[in-house]
Amino acid sequence: MKRWLVWLPLCAFGVIVAVIAWGLWQPADRTVRSALVGRPLPDFVLPAIAPGKPGLASADFRQGSPRLLNVFASWCVPCVAEAPQLLTLKAAGVPIDAIAIKDTPGDVSAFLRRNGDPYARVGADAHSRVQLALGSSGVPETFVVDGKGVIRAQHVGDIRAEDVPDLLQALADAK
Amino acid sequence: MRALAIVALLLAAPLAAQTALPRLAYTQLRDPDQERQARALMETLRCVVCQGQSIADSDADMAGEMRALVRQRIARGEAPEAVRTWLIARYGDYVSYAPPLRAATLPLWLAPLVLLALGVWLARATFRRR
Repeated sequence: MKRWLVWLPLCAFGVIVAVIAWGLWQPADRTVRSALVGRPLPDFVLPAIAPGKPGLASADFRQGSPRLLNVFASWCVPCVAEAPQLLTLKAAGVPIDAIAIKDTPGDVSAFLRRNGDPYARVGADAHSRVQLALGSSGVPETFVVDGKGVIRAQHVGDIRAEDVPDLLQALADAK
Repeated sequence: MRALAIVALLLAAPLAAQTALPRLAYTQLRDPDQERQARALMETLRCVVCQGQSIADSDADMAGEMRALVRQRIARGEAPEAVRTWLIARYGDYVSYAPPLRAATLPLWLAPLVLLALGVWLARATFRRR
């Protein structure tokens, strides 16, 4: 029996400890991102849900200038948290359209009354069909779509104040 | 009257709070062959909001929507692998529990072979010594 083989189990143990320590100190990024970034928006036509606002279709994103597409829901708490940032973006001249997931007209208008209304159009996605087609895994999510209807960037989760410059930059890059 | 109103309220509130899922989220397809295909596919698709569960196992709303999508497409005559490809195009390989053979997944596919070879080699060495 070779002498050095005695140390093999200890070495294996050390390797396992190192792997676990690595995983503890640098947890993996579990964010589920859409694989459609860099690809055209899938075709969809959604009915209106907010009072006085038209519904939303993929054709609305092929009008020459970049827009934000915000996937939200009135029942979603982080959507309330990101509302001020969406209003800031709107004030900066960014056109924002939205898809309301599994919502009702009453709930959407109450949500917009309470948290401010940054949207130009709001489409109703009653069964998350368009959400699945977009590769979106929850609310809120925000897509930067260029003037030709190509998705240029995706923001998963609520937009914090520190995310606003990144989104403005992404919009400028999409021009 | 008041008691009746309270009972009506108690019955109504949870129902109103329930989000409406498409019928096919919890209803099997009529055709048993198609349902079998859909079921087999659902067991190998990952629920995108619950990570460790297939959409067949999960009670999350999103998983329900995904089951309905799978059943609708299978009922329309689409092949299960076409539905998988459609979802992978949107969520990446993450959504599938059947990993494709690529450079990144090569260790995953080769590890069993390597371990098996190692085992055979160890066993041979052990038997020879006797």
